[in-house]
Amino acid sequence: MTIVKEQDVVPFRNRVKEYAVKMGMSLVNQTKLITAASELVRNLLKYGKGGNVKIEVINQGRDNGIRLTFVDQGPGIENIELAMKDGYSTGKSMGLGLPGTKRLVSEFNIQSSVGKGTTVTIIKWKNG
Amino acid sequence: MERIPILRMGHFLLVTIQVDLYDQLAENLESDLVHMVKKTQAKGVLIDVSAVSIIDSFMGRILGNIANMSKIMDAETVVVGMQPAVAITLVELGLPLKGVYSALNVERGMQLLHSKIIFDQEEEEAEAEGDDDDHSIE
Ligand SMILES: Nc1ncnc2c1ncn2[C@@H]1O[C@H](COP(=O)(O)OP(=O)(O)O)[C@@H](O)[C@H]1O
Ligand SMILES: [Mg+2]
Repeated sequence: MTIVKEQDVVPFRNRVKEYAVKMGMSLVNQTKLITAASELVRNLLKYGKGGNVKIEVINQGRDNGIRLTFVDQGPGIENIELAMKDGYSTGKSMGLGLPGTKRLVSEFNIQSSVGKGTTVTIIKWKNG
Repeated sequence: MERIPILRMGHFLLVTIQVDLYDQLAENLESDLVHMVKKTQAKGVLIDVSAVSIIDSFMGRILGNIANMSKIMDAETVVVGMQPAVAITLVELGLPLKGVYSALNVERGMQLLHSKIIFDQEEEEAEAEGDDDDHSIE
């Protein structure tokens, strides 16, 4: 899915929800996943100037889950460690998107290079 | 432009959010509410979020802003009906809704506001009385 404008956000969140409901994810886990997705898609738009998101259903042993990948070709993040700190923001906002998202999901991975862009991958296990 | 209606009920303003907010709608609501509080001299703002399934840090900030701005204009804000899953998620996200009271439903929210306002009035009266015979402060 391509995300280039604010109006793309709600349809994307709805798609994530559809997948989560279909797999039988609990309401709390659904809410955590969609909130995390909302934060990351907002970053992708605001800082990455838009990009691509991928939704996948994955299996590991007996558990299954949803993996979301956010890819942008924006300016990248100079200091990831700093960006992961609660309250750190270059956009005059809450600075909770990245650290909060990490707390909400089962697995969190961020890769970024300055001038090239940022890729964030998260996994939420159905029972995790 | 799409807007969320604000209802006036006596000294209070009531907003029922029926849809998951996108940013522009949330920002409009913030400025509309601040305007209305000023215009109507409302003493309280009730925001019913029972139909909202997602509150991220952006929305959370809007709610906080509404509460702060209202407070400056002497009005309390109560968020009512937050879904448990949303409340749990907000805590983990790390977003304490500072200055925002919460209640189970609109009725409870109204009771809370009434008690706040009456309490404030009594306190003010008590303070005013206290001033008369309390000389030790000077
Ligand atoms: N996709 C991205 N591209 C470039 N910079 C980003 C991206 N996502 C996050 N950042 C940087 O990391 C900081 C922290 O992000 P976040 O925790 O979501 O807080 P906030 O969005 O409130 O600024 C941002 O202020 C920004 O500088
Ligand atoms: Mg963010």
